[in-house]
Amino acid sequence: MRDNRDHPDLPIPLSRWFAAQGWQPHAHQLAMLRAQGDALMIAPTGGGKTLAGFLPTLAQACSGLPDGMHTIYVSPLKALTNDIGRNLARPVADLGLALRIEDRTGDTGSTQRARQRVDPPHILLTTPESLALMLSYPEAPRIFASLRRVVIDEIHALAESKRGDQLMLGLARLRQLAPELRVAGLSATVENPQALADFMGGAEIVRADPGPAPDIAMLATTLAPPWSGAGGAYAARDVMSAIAASRLTLVFINTRAQAELFFQALWAVNDDNLPIGLHHGSLAREARRRVEAAMAAGELRAVVATGSLDLGLDWGDVDLVIQIGAPRNIKRLVQRIGRANHRYDAPSRARIVPANRFEILECVAALQAVEAGELDSDGRSGLGALDVLCQHILTLACAGPLDADQLFAEVTRAGPYATLTRADFDACLDFVATGGYALRAYDRWQRLVLRDGLWQLRDPRAVRAIRMNIGTIVAPELLSVRRGPRGGAPLGEIEEVFAASLSPGDTFLIGGQTVRYDRLRDMVVEVTPQPDKTPKIAVFNGLKMATSTELSARVLALIGDPVAWESLPADTRDWLDLQARIATLPRPGTMTCESFARGGWWYFALYSFAGRNANQTLGLLLTHRMEGAGLAPLGFVATDYAVLIWSLEPVSDPAPLLDPEGLRDGMEDWLAGNAVMKRTFRAVATVAGLIQRNLPGARKSGKQATFSTDILYDTLRKFDRDHLLLQITRAESMRGLADYGRIEDMLRTRPRIVHSMPPHVTPFAAPLMLEAGRIPIRGAGQARLLEEEAARMMREAGLRMDEDCAI
Amino acid sequence: MTHLGFQFQGQDFVARASGALFWPGEQALIVADLHLGKSERMARRGGALLPPFETRATLERLAIDLEETRAAHLIALGDAFDDDIAACSLGCEISALCARVHVTWIAGNHDPGAADLPGQQAAELHRQGITLRHIAGESCDISGHYHPKIRIAGQRLPVFLIGAQHLILPAYGLYTGGLDWQDRVLQALVPEGRAIATGPRALMLPLPPPAQASARRGRWR
Repeated sequence: MRDNRDHPDLPIPLSRWFAAQGWQPHAHQLAMLRAQGDALMIAPTGGGKTLAGFLPTLAQACSGLPDGMHTIYVSPLKALTNDIGRNLARPVADLGLALRIEDRTGDTGSTQRARQRVDPPHILLTTPESLALMLSYPEAPRIFASLRRVVIDEIHALAESKRGDQLMLGLARLRQLAPELRVAGLSATVENPQALADFMGGAEIVRADPGPAPDIAMLATTLAPPWSGAGGAYAARDVMSAIAASRLTLVFINTRAQAELFFQALWAVNDDNLPIGLHHGSLAREARRRVEAAMAAGELRAVVATGSLDLGLDWGDVDLVIQIGAPRNIKRLVQRIGRANHRYDAPSRARIVPANRFEILECVAALQAVEAGELDSDGRSGLGALDVLCQHILTLACAGPLDADQLFAEVTRAGPYATLTRADFDACLDFVATGGYALRAYDRWQRLVLRDGLWQLRDPRAVRAIRMNIGTIVAPELLSVRRGPRGGAPLGEIEEVFAASLSPGDTFLIGGQTVRYDRLRDMVVEVTPQPDKTPKIAVFNGLKMATSTELSARVLALIGDPVAWESLPADTRDWLDLQARIATLPRPGTMTCESFARGGWWYFALYSFAGRNANQTLGLLLTHRMEGAGLAPLGFVATDYAVLIWSLEPVSDPAPLLDPEGLRDGMEDWLAGNAVMKRTFRAVATVAGLIQRNLPGARKSGKQATFSTDILYDTLRKFDRDHLLLQITRAESMRGLADYGRIEDMLRTRPRIVHSMPPHVTPFAAPLMLEAGRIPIRGAGQARLLEEEAARMMREAGLRMDEDCAI
Repeated sequence: MTHLGFQFQGQDFVARASGALFWPGEQALIVADLHLGKSERMARRGGALLPPFETRATLERLAIDLEETRAAHLIALGDAFDDDIAACSLGCEISALCARVHVTWIAGNHDPGAADLPGQQAAELHRQGITLRHIAGESCDISGHYHPKIRIAGQRLPVFLIGAQHLILPAYGLYTGGLDWQDRVLQALVPEGRAIATGPRALMLPLPPPAQASARRGRWR
């Protein structure tokens, strides 16, 4: 029974429903309905993506569905599953469909979970982690046997992390359990759709009309941006005016701390008391939901948000997007712009506010990239992560015995693992089963044992702990911060790594106020507010999004081409001019650096344009080599564009420092023992299941039940250097926190070193000297620092250090 | 300085950077909380398979300490074994250790009654008016159990806590967490005195460290 007049693929009730809404189905929505196999839809925000993904399910439901699970919808955010549930409820009710739609996330209660195992809904809305958990149930074959469709939302975002690898492995298992399964991937605009289709294991690509070009420009501000910093507070009044002139504005800012500060800055100039909300990941779930609901109800005029709002929530009436700070990544900027103007056929409107002088360059470069329709390449490529595969094997072992050959065949049907070698697979299986140590210590206590040709858990009681540790998101250990000695008001959370770096008396910023660190007690950081003080230490944020390779290259090209300076504000042009006169301007193909003296110290600035994380690694490697060369480095600071190192002796010839072979050796030997690598290892060890974050019945006590993974890392490096997890850690260090791959790229593409020795601080280096987040060198000087600190305390306490008692 | 000398209850002691305590007057090397066999116990219980090298690493370190101090007597202050089964399964290594030095195993909460160990077993020892036991008690003693740690210059290090009545040793074993010296239990036992942080070298600090003391005075005013 088909409607032959307009849309032959739409069942009549659906056709009528569209008509009743006053809607015309988009061509790409109908294309999804026609797709015979798996499909990947590329559509801009507001293109009706999600409805397109569900159309085949709704069409089939019009003629009735059998009992059992029919469709799984997977999204990266729990909040999205809520939203989708609400949005689906309407057509389902209007069409009178007998469909049960339920969500299943970390928030779902145990009663509902248990019922879903016995009596699954027709449509299940879930996340990659919850899906993996369901695959660990022995009932999984029965639950998923009737499955016909999987809809993966925001697949471009999932593909960038290990969560995507986990989901694709889960999908391979689902295909095994339900061979008739069809998959629909929904993606925002990406540079390489084919790579994303390959990630899905192959799919027909459906492209939506990208819509009209966006109206995007820099926001005109009354003041010029400051030399350094990232807060954008100088533009608060200009942003306020833009908010007042629009219906609903989204203000995106790069970090949570900045969002807090900018939100305060906005309210300080909010003379008309416009309703403005705040949304970021450190806020309680309830607070975030309230803001989302108020937005949907049209009660807000603006929301200040971080990436927590980045993904496809339904943006209703947003008509302006303001990006504070350089976008770091062209693709993300384009996706954020797409938030503005929900109407697919009208141009979206967006304004960018650079936070400092360097960021003006990045913003201009980003605007040019948007105009040219250029996007960044995808951050991750190649083989799926092996630590995720280890976890997947352990997860499936909870569901039942495994045949190694069959599992290998199944795993290699997952896109990211299509080229997985049998040797790597066997290494992962061996790690899960025996620990994979050169010393075969666990023959009696293997995790998995081979019985009748099948791998199974030796101790079935282990299932509970394994299930509790499913997931690939490794959050940093957080400590809560409270005011005053006992039970004072909670102020927020800081990373344990940062807390460990504090000494009593240090001041830092949290929740928008300056506090003094007093002590750590029972894993609570006790502080005293210091309202008048400027913080001594900025909060260390761990992995920050680094400016993409493409955008960095554009910035470098812009600086190196005076003709292109036409597009820059006058004071920026003057700044570049001055740099060209005093020192040297960085240019594509060259590695520009300079050395100058100030206040008794020597400074070495390297304009590496490798992104924040790679520059931080570069800083560690260079200072290490400087120490070896007797230049006595004291510390360094890294931004997206440059590394600035201070030392007692000058760098007069940078060539030996930047020698690629030498840097590579440093990476192998010295950096391997560094904290950055230890953090990488911690994530790998957690995902692979070497350490368990959550234990059944674990109680909270002051005594650390678990010891530092650093000890495991050091032990493995000493006794078992070729262990699988060390191999994975080395591979990961090429990207992420260490991002060594970009240093390699930089050395390859910019072989010519240009070094100048200007008489004083240069215009480019001056902002770097104001940057927060300086990193002291902890090489040979570390022991001296400790001794000096201990001696100081003894002196201050009027105590004498006892004589060294030589034995 | 890989080791630091100090006095406790009128006796000379040496705190070694490794976390061991040497008592020259008794020619004794004292170590607490070796937790030998921890990785195997976790594996046995179906948990993660940790790198199985910690027993070897700990015993290697112990061999160096024994060699350098030429101690005649090794006293393990309890929790030498992560549990009693671990004590049995490590027979060879333990026999080798006991062949070279006289060993006293003091019972801990993890290994209350490890049977058939070579060497001597005891609930506690008494020497020169000082009790050696696993958990600090009423009288003046040398003990372990709490795995005390201290933060200094951004690092968290195992630490000796030296008070008037109690001397508490850091955990000597490799796979051991720890309790901050500021924890109420430890503050009650050693309200003031000195701390010797271990790690690459031994470092002496006053307890409480002065910056903390001034912060507290500031609040009282």
